Amino acid sequence: MREYNLREYVGLEEITGPIFIIRNIHNVGYNEIVEIVDDEGKSRLGITLEVGKGFAVVEVLGGTSGLAMKNCKVNFKEKPLLMGVSEEVLGRVFDGLGNPLDGMPRPVYDEMVNVNGLAINPVSRNYPENIIETGISSIDVMNTLVRGQKLPIFSGSGLPHDLLGTQIARQSQVKGENFCVIFVAMGVKYDTARFFQKSFEESGVLERVAIFLSLADSPSTERLLTPRLALTCAEYLAFKKNMHVLVIMTDMSNYCEALREVSTIRGEIPARKGYPGYLYSDLASIYERAGMIKGIKGSITQIPILTMPNDDITHPIPDLTGYITEGQIVLEREMHNRGIYPPIAGLPSLSRLMKDNIGKGLTRDDHSSLSSQLFACYAHVKDVRALASIIGEEELSSLDKLYLKFGEDFEKKFLSQGPMERRTLEDGLDLGWDVISILPAEELVRIREEDLKQRYKKKQ
Amino acid sequence: MLKAAGKVYRVIGPVVEAEEVSFLRMLDMVEVGHEHLVGEVVRLKDDKAYIQVYEDTTSLKAGDPIYTQGFPLYVELGPGLLGNIYDGIQRPLEILKEKEGFYINRGVHVTALDRKKKWNFKPLKKEGDYLKQGEVIGEVQETFLVKHRIMAPPHVHGKIKWITGEGEYSLEEKIAILAEKDSETEIFMYQKWPVRKPRPYKERISISEPLITGQRVIDTLFPVGKGGCVVIPGGFGTGKTVVQHQIAKWSNADIVIYVGCGERGNEMTDILLNFPKLIDPRTKRPIMERTIFIANTSNMPVAAREASIYTGITLAEYYRDMGYNVALMADSTSRWAEALRELSGRLEEMPMEEGFPAYLPSRLAEFYERAGRIKTLNNDNGSITVIASVSPPGGDFSEPVTSHTKRFIRCFWALDRDLANARHYPSISWIDSYSEYIDDVKDWWHKNVDKEWLSDRYAIMELLQKEQRLLQVVKLVGPDVLPHRQRLILETCTMFKNTFLQQSAFDDIDAYSSSRKQFLMLKSIIKFYEKSDELIKKGINIAEIKEQQIYQDLIRMRFKYSESKEDMDKLAMLPSEVESSLEGLEF
Repeated sequence: MREYNLREYVGLEEITGPIFIIRNIHNVGYNEIVEIVDDEGKSRLGITLEVGKGFAVVEVLGGTSGLAMKNCKVNFKEKPLLMGVSEEVLGRVFDGLGNPLDGMPRPVYDEMVNVNGLAINPVSRNYPENIIETGISSIDVMNTLVRGQKLPIFSGSGLPHDLLGTQIARQSQVKGENFCVIFVAMGVKYDTARFFQKSFEESGVLERVAIFLSLADSPSTERLLTPRLALTCAEYLAFKKNMHVLVIMTDMSNYCEALREVSTIRGEIPARKGYPGYLYSDLASIYERAGMIKGIKGSITQIPILTMPNDDITHPIPDLTGYITEGQIVLEREMHNRGIYPPIAGLPSLSRLMKDNIGKGLTRDDHSSLSSQLFACYAHVKDVRALASIIGEEELSSLDKLYLKFGEDFEKKFLSQGPMERRTLEDGLDLGWDVISILPAEELVRIREEDLKQRYKKKQ
Repeated sequence: MLKAAGKVYRVIGPVVEAEEVSFLRMLDMVEVGHEHLVGEVVRLKDDKAYIQVYEDTTSLKAGDPIYTQGFPLYVELGPGLLGNIYDGIQRPLEILKEKEGFYINRGVHVTALDRKKKWNFKPLKKEGDYLKQGEVIGEVQETFLVKHRIMAPPHVHGKIKWITGEGEYSLEEKIAILAEKDSETEIFMYQKWPVRKPRPYKERISISEPLITGQRVIDTLFPVGKGGCVVIPGGFGTGKTVVQHQIAKWSNADIVIYVGCGERGNEMTDILLNFPKLIDPRTKRPIMERTIFIANTSNMPVAAREASIYTGITLAEYYRDMGYNVALMADSTSRWAEALRELSGRLEEMPMEEGFPAYLPSRLAEFYERAGRIKTLNNDNGSITVIASVSPPGGDFSEPVTSHTKRFIRCFWALDRDLANARHYPSISWIDSYSEYIDDVKDWWHKNVDKEWLSDRYAIMELLQKEQRLLQVVKLVGPDVLPHRQRLILETCTMFKNTFLQQSAFDDIDAYSSSRKQFLMLKSIIKFYEKSDELIKKGINIAEIKEQQIYQDLIRMRFKYSESKEDMDKLAMLPSEVESSLEGLEF
């Protein structure tokens, strides 16, 4: 992977944070790689952020600590950052820059690919189809995950998003015969990374998993590259090797922080909360690498995990993510505190691709009307609870009392399940009918009469 | 005719600073670097030019050459546009796919219109006639639905010296020669027009006809006129895109132009795979025959996203000039505004609120003013209706793009997060939305549907307002303590919300409601309210009314009656059935 050319310059003009400026150079391209060798002979990589006549602004991926203005050798590689990809990345652990961390040599690569990726032509895309059964009812029944979808988990600090992430990775792998997981950790603590690694090991799926770790103590600029490296591998596996790749990225908030840091140092004009105006485009360049392509069997499904700062869903990071991804799974602190796992909030969670991939011939006839009815009834439960907190439960009408009962059962029986429990879609739907049958049939206006006749279980 | 025009001096993301430029003009289209990346001059300063580049600038170097043809950024207008899908700078994506595979590579140059395809041209003028600018010289049957009128380009006129006979011609063959004084102009079946310049028309005329979208909450409560501007603001997940898709599918516009501006790739794919299967309920023809797509997804270059809106509206103006009613969907204009912001930041311009450039409001105004109903240069009536979605960050409607946009539009369909969470779709809020077109379109409804349309609409709006106040009380004390007449208001509004305002985009019967069906449904609900109110005054309990079979019929009416003649005849009887069956309770 390493080749040298003779275009080496010595000495920098200015170093600020992870960025330096170098002058009196020529013939340097924008967004190309740079190798920097410090006076101890240690080398690190950088990328040109801006080039001009006789100067370049370079972002150092390995951090600038220990770099001196003089004696520092800079090599311009005259090419964008390339990465060697092959099937051998599976079962391996890499650092944030793609170097092996497991003590083994670099995988032999089949080809070198530009890590920035290219936009998929919208006419070449295939619409995501075939659901991924995760074995979690609140996802399968209420917010179905589809191959080729990007469905983020909006969480908060202290919520069990990691546990949920591993549960999804572990349980959904049985479906596709050619399934693999790429796990990307950005700025997470060592414990979290270790937790993921361990749970992959324990469930015996490690040889189908490639892990990229850019931990909290690595330079923040490294994080900007890590998801791109991982997605480059994913694209190769999916579109060249016909695999179904599930990419789990945690924690996107750290990625965005790194982006803000670099942007601020460069003196760019900030948009909201100090984040750069191009945060949306930048996130899109990551998320939009999910999908399927006509005529190719493989798919890339993304589950980015992000912690909402202060549980605020209107914060730019979850907000812009929500505008790009096809729905979101929102974890709710209040449910978590009540001991409900997974604490997937009923109402704000949504899977946009669900509607086209469930129902007759795909999952089960009653799936879409049942889930829509469950949503509607659960929304009413929230109103009833608000009312009950004012006038007291005793004063509620008998119908509203039934709604309270329904709400209770829906959360305790339907949404709740163990972190190791795998519940099939079929069982999940039946359980849904169980809880909704608490309510009188007249209330279930979203369900077609045939379904009601066939499946409604009258309880008195 | 490519001329060398300068050299790259600096590369800052999608913006390139060029030096040694002497003759470049503002908004000239240029080609940058050895790969000839397409760009546009956006600022000139001293001897430097700032160029926004519509393709990825990776590996561009200082000193790379810059070329120009000396034109501003333009689009090609002619037969072959319909049914096509373009990127933001009118490159046909199907052709790119054939040439380059499933990724979009850069530096690919293809013409927007197929030069080789033959079209059957039928002349409508003869030699010796004088042709004014914008006047129709002949026509081409572009698709089964659309007659493509070949017009003299704006500012081109003269006496027809020669015109070809009816027959098959490709776009490369000239079809007429105009002579004016000493000069001669060749006329082809296609023309070019710069995207940032509105095409000329004779005069503006007032809006009189509604754009029937088949969506009940829109057509009945918040209608938009043909030639109007609507904005649909809503946070993520509130269903902006589904509303846009529904209108693109079912509206009675002659031509639909759908601009996917900085949105999801899979959403475009959804449209591209589904639209070819859809049949227009009025004409029974595939709706692709009247649709043009412009797709610049969020991961495609940001500068091309900025251009895509202009490309879309220029195509719309071209079909408007033929005398058609065009609907332009722009999803989403916030992404366009963000592209402006990003480019402005790279140009180091002074920012306004939230980093947006100070010229954001004037750009928005320029865009929305290109909509409208007009008399064309050929004396036909044509219109452009703009339906733009806005994605306010955090669902906050006070942010700059939403608040400035509101100044330039007259119809506002506010999408509500709570409704969307309860899966009430379309989640258009009946409290925050408004339409100023009601007075413009009421005569159409009265003439074509029923004279009581406006009064019924006001009746239901009044009930919804009353319900809003009652709900405040209900929140505190529960619904059971209210008097029966007030509870009837709540019941009626719930019925109206469940059966009328909610509309499933994915149900075969429910997806589209004709204006007649909408009116009859509304009428039935109003009748239900009026009659029940009378009964309650006479001492009948609301629970008894709800037990009636007619109540169940009303609740499920949206799925029950299709657009077939038989069903519509049955539905026409429903309002009187409501009356008669409730009367039965009195005894």
